[in-house]
Amino acid sequence: MFKARKLFVALLAVSTLATASLSPAFAEKKKEFNIAWTIYVGWMPWPYAAESGIVKKWADKYGISIKVTQINDYVESINQYTAGKFDGVTVTNMDALTIPAAGGVDTSAIIMGDYSNGNDGVVLKKGKTLADIKGQKVNLVELSVSHYLLARGLETVKLSEKNIKTVNTSDADIVAAAKSPDTTAVVTWNPQLLEVKAEPGATLVFDSSKIPGEIEDLLVVNTQTLKDNPELGKALTGIWYETIALMKDQSEKGKAAREAMAKLSGTDLAGFETQLKTTFMYYEPKDALAFMTGPELPKIMDHVRTFCFDHNLLGENVKSKDAVGISTPSKALGSATNVKLRFDPTFMKMAADGKL
Amino acid sequence: MPRAMNVVPNRGSRLLLAFLPFLLIALIYVVGSAQRRADNPDDKLLPPVSEMVATSKRLATEPDRRSGDYVLWSDTAASLQRLALGLGISAIIGLTLGLAIGLLPVAGAGFGTLIAVLSMIPPMAVLPVLFIVFGLGELSKVVLIIIGVTPTLVRDLSLEVQNMPREQLIKAQTLGASTWQVAIRVVLPQIMPRLIQGLRLMIGPAFLFLISAEAIASDVGLGYRIFLVRRYLSMDVILPYVVWITLLAYVFDYALVWFGQRAFPWAYAQGSR
Repeated sequence: MFKARKLFVALLAVSTLATASLSPAFAEKKKEFNIAWTIYVGWMPWPYAAESGIVKKWADKYGISIKVTQINDYVESINQYTAGKFDGVTVTNMDALTIPAAGGVDTSAIIMGDYSNGNDGVVLKKGKTLADIKGQKVNLVELSVSHYLLARGLETVKLSEKNIKTVNTSDADIVAAAKSPDTTAVVTWNPQLLEVKAEPGATLVFDSSKIPGEIEDLLVVNTQTLKDNPELGKALTGIWYETIALMKDQSEKGKAAREAMAKLSGTDLAGFETQLKTTFMYYEPKDALAFMTGPELPKIMDHVRTFCFDHNLLGENVKSKDAVGISTPSKALGSATNVKLRFDPTFMKMAADGKL
Repeated sequence: MPRAMNVVPNRGSRLLLAFLPFLLIALIYVVGSAQRRADNPDDKLLPPVSEMVATSKRLATEPDRRSGDYVLWSDTAASLQRLALGLGISAIIGLTLGLAIGLLPVAGAGFGTLIAVLSMIPPMAVLPVLFIVFGLGELSKVVLIIIGVTPTLVRDLSLEVQNMPREQLIKAQTLGASTWQVAIRVVLPQIMPRLIQGLRLMIGPAFLFLISAEAIASDVGLGYRIFLVRRYLSMDVILPYVVWITLLAYVFDYALVWFGQRAFPWAYAQGSR
């Protein structure tokens, strides 16, 4: 029996080691933080801030260190955050609800960066208005903000998803897909949208400027981590507003910053500025604060959570759209005992009041 | 003390040895899952086995809320059809081209280098080209499998033909066989077992190409479902699908061995220990 026992001990040791790598990071007082970002016009201030030393400046001020990491795949970055490998991530309001919040990770949105004001669009190769989409096959990243935009668009022309057929298409390949002759309708976001729109005969029939404020680009952090380490929120907010002030600046210094951001996102200054035009940036903390604390946000989030519930995005066993609670400064939505997505204006208010 | 290479486990301990690694993996999973659940009752990353069983049951036995399909079966049917078409066409091309290149010096000179070069192209790198040429429908998915699998089969079979003893071919000729007769009666029967072996090894890559094609543009299929629910981290769907795919591949592999042993018993004469 000696051998069997030895084997058992070895098994136990191996499984303990293996499970240790699977367990989530525990929130506690700590000094080092990891933030993940992905390429998108409204998130390019993050890598620029890291590169130009703005991140280090603010982190030093609050006595912490912040590592800003690029993840190549957007969904993967959110999954990594949900799994506990990052303390914060750049994400849209809808994905913040469906991935971390629905996955039980209490998440706080501390920076309302911008909303898509034309960065997401529906393009038809056959047809000139959105109503022509009826009966067509639509290529899009299913269950993403593109799908949400399409559903909102269909409502405006009294159509529903039953009138079309969706084909799930990876965002990395959607430009190639759009060139295929049997593709007639595409929903996507920038920078891909610019390419798809430029196809001969293609018409942009609906875009996110028709639903202003509904596709929001946020910076979210783990609520528990934020609670234990408020310095993180302060430093991140400080970094953000210093960087986007540079982004807005019309002088040479601002232009150089935008040029660097363009380069980091794989385009040139002209391409970057085209995308900025369809992005409604909240350059001033007080404007972002007003939007987050205003009465519009709960209405928007109600639209979003209804869409998510209708498409099973809150989980297969969820019985109502109220299952995951959302708190906004002006109103709370859904379950009061299971609040998992919080719009937290504390740090933007500090920025607006100049207290950072 | 026997040499390690001569220690042959008996039937019972062989089963135990085969089972042990699976047990270990299951144990690691269950402990990890329980640990994550203790920290966060809504954790989606490592769902407990009971939840995966419930989800699998729902996918297999209840119609989907939106489409009304029995998701698991419609996905499996679509994927298997693509896989069977892809592997079937690859086998036919592989057999014909492999035989021709191996047997006919002219064909070997003409196609040999081309196939050797083509087989080095990573199929995933030419995906955009495939989309534009073959569209986004079923065709491009089958073509991706063919492009990924065929060159290896062709090369393997042509090498097998070239390695056949020259004496056999010469003997057949002295008995009056034409090129066609040598190809059909001497070479073809001898490379069939090799084709079965080649297909066995290609099941893995074929699934890889199938899943990739379905991940990129699709509305049904095993790969489609995995990459769709990956958006909201539904591991309770993904993990059973992975197990299901593995099981399917294993069954195919087994079926090919079974078929090979029945059809070409002479090729398996040496037998394993």
